[in-house]
Amino acid sequence: MESRHRILLLDDNPDVLEMYREILSQLPSKPEIHTATTGARALALLDAEPVRLLVCDLKMPKMDGLQVLSIVRRRYPELRTVVLTAVQDEEFRSRAYALGVDLFWLKPETQLNLQMFMECLESLLGRDAGSGFRGVQSKSLMDIVQMECLSQASTVLRITHGALTGRIWISDGELVHAEAEGAVGEPAFRRILEWKSGTFESLPPEPDHERTIDKPINALLLEMAQAMDEVANPGANGSEDAAHRKTVWKLSALTREGAEWVVSAGETGASEGWGTQNANEAAAWMRQAGECCKRLSERLEAGPLSHVEGCAMERRLILLPCDKKAFLVAWPLDTDSQRTTEQTKQLVASWES
Amino acid sequence: MGILKLFSKTGPAVRRLPAGSMTVDRQGNVVATTVSSAYPKASLAAVAGEVLKVFSEARAAHMPLSEIHLHFASLRITARAMRGGAIVFLSPNIPLKTSSAN
Repeated sequence: MESRHRILLLDDNPDVLEMYREILSQLPSKPEIHTATTGARALALLDAEPVRLLVCDLKMPKMDGLQVLSIVRRRYPELRTVVLTAVQDEEFRSRAYALGVDLFWLKPETQLNLQMFMECLESLLGRDAGSGFRGVQSKSLMDIVQMECLSQASTVLRITHGALTGRIWISDGELVHAEAEGAVGEPAFRRILEWKSGTFESLPPEPDHERTIDKPINALLLEMAQAMDEVANPGANGSEDAAHRKTVWKLSALTREGAEWVVSAGETGASEGWGTQNANEAAAWMRQAGECCKRLSERLEAGPLSHVEGCAMERRLILLPCDKKAFLVAWPLDTDSQRTTEQTKQLVASWES
Repeated sequence: MGILKLFSKTGPAVRRLPAGSMTVDRQGNVVATTVSSAYPKASLAAVAGEVLKVFSEARAAHMPLSEIHLHFASLRITARAMRGGAIVFLSPNIPLKTSSAN
């Protein structure tokens, strides 16, 4: 039997809950509707059984909607969240989206508005999470390049992976050129193919573009597949070589970007530094600053930390929290603040990819 | 569907983000502030304390900072170290806010 999606409705007004329970039960996918009148009850229900979608009010006593959403975002990152509210305030809309909600909707007052809301919910229920490039689900970038080449296509693929962008030129089914992270040709192609997820788009072909890749696409893809297998199943010596290559690559990336040093610190206490002897002390500060920011974020309901910028006597420091690590990158003080933030994001994204 | 208006509430409000500036002494006491008096004093004191802690921990790590910018999704906190404490600016991010200029 096909399982039905579960929706959890959270509103402190039981009449509203009953009305929306009736309305949402008419969605085409016929979801199971559960309700809660308090944030605490909603969190208990989410702990008890998997829920696909949370529809949450903002104004509630004790724990308001933003507080519930900030907890939910941390505990259940896969859960789709919708704010349904009568509060018509751009600040709250902005804060809700900053917390990562999928949809912010004012309580519908017309039939048309309600219909659009229902369509959005149905779309959110049907959308699959997971990796893959948006637009072609479950296909890796390798598959996409192979498909373009097999069909003898001419195109320029622009691939975006977080803050990174790369381009691959294909002419009459042959790979002719690639550019990414300041590299061109085969190294750029290899870097792009190491990205696990992102988006891509096909741009008009550029048939007269300079050729920098002569190796046949199948040979390149085979080499890439072998390299990925080695990374996935490293042997004793292989892992040492890989670690050495990685360190060399990271130091060269650092120099190329113009940064002075980088320190990465994990949650468990492990830290690494490139270009500095002061990695442990810097990592200790990163953890403490991260804790301070976490407490501030919770206390003020300011949403997740994006980054911290600090100005010292001789350098500008950017602290960037990532999934399970944080990075501290030092730049010369005379560099532009906004540009260094973007450069830091790109540098870290390329290291982590 | 106008009947749904019946369910619009005037119940408990969602707390707003602080906006304004404050001067903090070296003990973390708020000396002067332009943040609305409706905003909880305890929360402002917490901001002051955490900001001073970030500065002092940086000094302890041999990376003394003269200025920090904490960028949260919906709030930016800028703090400048001063000889007797710090001056802190709190600016909510409201990208869709309509400007009265022009």
